[in-house]
Amino acid sequence: MEIDLKILRYDPENDKKGHWEYYKVDAEPEERILDLLHKIKWFEDGSLSFRKSCAHGVCGSDAMVVNGENMLACQVLVKEVSNPIKIEPIRGLPVLKDLIVDMEPFFDSYKKVMPFLINDDEPGDRERLQSPEDRDKFEDTTKCILCAACTTSCPVFWTADSYIGPAAIVNAHRFVMDSRDQGSKQRLEIMKDVNGAFRCRTAFNCTSACPRGIQVTKAIEDVKRETLLNN
Amino acid sequence: MKIVKHSFDGIIVGAGGAGLRAAIEAAPTMKLAVITKLYPTRSHTGAAQGGMSAALANVEEDNWNWHAFDTVKGSDYLADQPAVDILCKEAIDAVVELEHWGLPFSRLESGKIAQRRFGGHTVKEGAAPAFRACYAADRTGHMILQTLYQKCVSMGVEFFDEFQVLDIKIEDGVCKGVVAYEIATGDLHVFEARAVTFATGGFGKIFKVSSNAHSLTGDGPGMLYQKGIPLEDMEFYQFHPTGIYRLGILLSEAARGEGGILRNKDGERFMERYAPSIKDLAPRDMVSRAIATEISAGNGAGPNSDYVFLDLTHLGEEAIMKKLPDITDFVRTYVKIEPINDPIPVQPTAHYAMGGIPTDVNGRVLSDHKGGVIEGVYAAGEAACVSVHGANRLGTNSLLDIVVFGKRAGQSMVDYVSSTKASPLNESAADDLSNKISGFMEKEHTTEFSVAKIRSELQDSMEENAKIFRSKETLDNQTEILSDLRERYKNVTISDKSKVFNSELLEAIELDYLLDMADTTVASALARKESRGAHSREDYPDRDDTKFMKHSFAFKNGDSVKLEYKDVELGKYEPMERKY
Repeated sequence: MEIDLKILRYDPENDKKGHWEYYKVDAEPEERILDLLHKIKWFEDGSLSFRKSCAHGVCGSDAMVVNGENMLACQVLVKEVSNPIKIEPIRGLPVLKDLIVDMEPFFDSYKKVMPFLINDDEPGDRERLQSPEDRDKFEDTTKCILCAACTTSCPVFWTADSYIGPAAIVNAHRFVMDSRDQGSKQRLEIMKDVNGAFRCRTAFNCTSACPRGIQVTKAIEDVKRETLLNN
Repeated sequence: MKIVKHSFDGIIVGAGGAGLRAAIEAAPTMKLAVITKLYPTRSHTGAAQGGMSAALANVEEDNWNWHAFDTVKGSDYLADQPAVDILCKEAIDAVVELEHWGLPFSRLESGKIAQRRFGGHTVKEGAAPAFRACYAADRTGHMILQTLYQKCVSMGVEFFDEFQVLDIKIEDGVCKGVVAYEIATGDLHVFEARAVTFATGGFGKIFKVSSNAHSLTGDGPGMLYQKGIPLEDMEFYQFHPTGIYRLGILLSEAARGEGGILRNKDGERFMERYAPSIKDLAPRDMVSRAIATEISAGNGAGPNSDYVFLDLTHLGEEAIMKKLPDITDFVRTYVKIEPINDPIPVQPTAHYAMGGIPTDVNGRVLSDHKGGVIEGVYAAGEAACVSVHGANRLGTNSLLDIVVFGKRAGQSMVDYVSSTKASPLNESAADDLSNKISGFMEKEHTTEFSVAKIRSELQDSMEENAKIFRSKETLDNQTEILSDLRERYKNVTISDKSKVFNSELLEAIELDYLLDMADTTVASALARKESRGAHSREDYPDRDDTKFMKHSFAFKNGDSVKLEYKDVELGKYEPMERKY
């Protein structure tokens, strides 16, 4: 079948601002949006720029806005979206070229939540024990692949990029809820900050956007609750 | 071209499991940087699913010697046994260390790390399948990658993200540093460093149907090969039995570890005929061959009779959702069927390179088949060949390999840096790369010599001629095709002449590495006139221990490949017929 694509292009070496370009591509209904982008890049216009790597939804490289919604280009099939297909870079982060945005502010926010296990006890020469029930408490948030689909779907983040954003809170949750971790006090202080978890207005955009199916808004609510309980 | 100069003691190229583990070891005692063409968490370690083996004995009696026996037998006796002993013995501490760093393993009721069955892993040297694979649902690689990156963040390890190393500087057999291309700007960066570890991963993109990421183009092995360093055991490439039909997306062996069954078009559990004792949990080379044999015998399913089924339907929804959630998602997303109710169409998919940059057990890169080393150059992970996997890697041993030998490469960097002095590398080190890039920028583009065209012909032809079953005829044919592709590559052109995120330029350079990987694979395969592990010759169906208990070393010789051989290091396990 023939697919019409409309892609928001921006070349920093020649353009003052972004502009739409239009393409026609032959595709099977089972092909991924990423496959269509490759057909354009490989056989029509080599300058089209986007990030990609694993091509099956686990590396988090290719979050973009497809027909108005955040998704991974490698995780959505042609038959699941309406034709014509409109593709734009994710919102709220500076666009560097075509579908590529500056990820540095995103990773800076991630690093602010101290995304690593904090535990100063001597662990001994075998594993620390953890019950399956305790392990389950943070199962959902261990799935995060840092693709930024959640953060860049958040209306609060669009208007205030100082907001730490859903992805960073998800990663705070992953450690706050881990029975082995002793760093919650410091992390929850960060969450209490004016740019922390309480800036969330529970729009649920993040939950819809997450390609890993993480209950992002629920995780943010869990963190807010922990913050209040630990006050 | 703008050139930026940096001075470090050590550089690690690649930020998957092996690179990050090496970084954790080396960072505390030296000025170190990790350079990656992706962001670290995009690395393909994150796509590994089923587990990481270690004889923790959390479920049942186990012993690292049994793990070593299985690894050697799985390798079809081509692995170096002293290296396998290190892998399996150090596995236990490696898993515990990851847990201490926060890795969220799945847990048993006792609170200990959960372990599951996996192909080729047995207790008591083959008595029964072993519960040895430590896992976190079916996203163990994701958890390892995240945990190692988190540890690096906590330590303040310095990263150069989206910088692609494209040249290494070696003078008189001694490492001087690397040259990298900054993807966002097109600037060149000269990194003076006397210790460099290559942890760039595999090269599954030489095949059409592959579980590998687009990024896996053999950059490390290719770069070193072009400098005259040999590549070891390139004829041994693993095809994972259960890739999603046509797409090649991996469906973990954990699916069979948890009880999944392979069936042909008649619903027959055909592995009972090929491996009567452990059936569906036979090693990957045997299962992939069995699938290919079923398909050529007309027992494949579908309109083209070219796939078989992975059947999970008897496992029940709860077990599937708890233990195999990600692969269930992949099947729902890409095949649009429900694995709880319906069997999944699968076919073997190009998965893992047993061969690569030859190293000793401390990650030191070998310069030849006689034991020479390149001072200051190290390699670890899939890019390297120690060899612990021999002719066929057992499932779960790659995640183990990256942490055990990543750590050892990091230690070697520490030892080397502490016993040597910095030696300068100036901006002119960027000249070779700068000329190469200018060549691409200045050459007028013609679609006839496009990167994509040459690459897709490479992938299609390798799929046809050098996959599971090979013969002199198919390999001779492929040699000719590769020589033609190599000639055409000399004229390759790109249409994008920009400096910012010029991925077409990088794909053109990566294609050169892919051609090197294919050349060495085919030449090594043609010369190995026997069948061993993943290398199956239809014209030489038996293993030949008299002639081929040897590792191949492929050297670049102009546009052709020159082969040398090195004896396998044996140990306590005598080669025997490989039956399961």
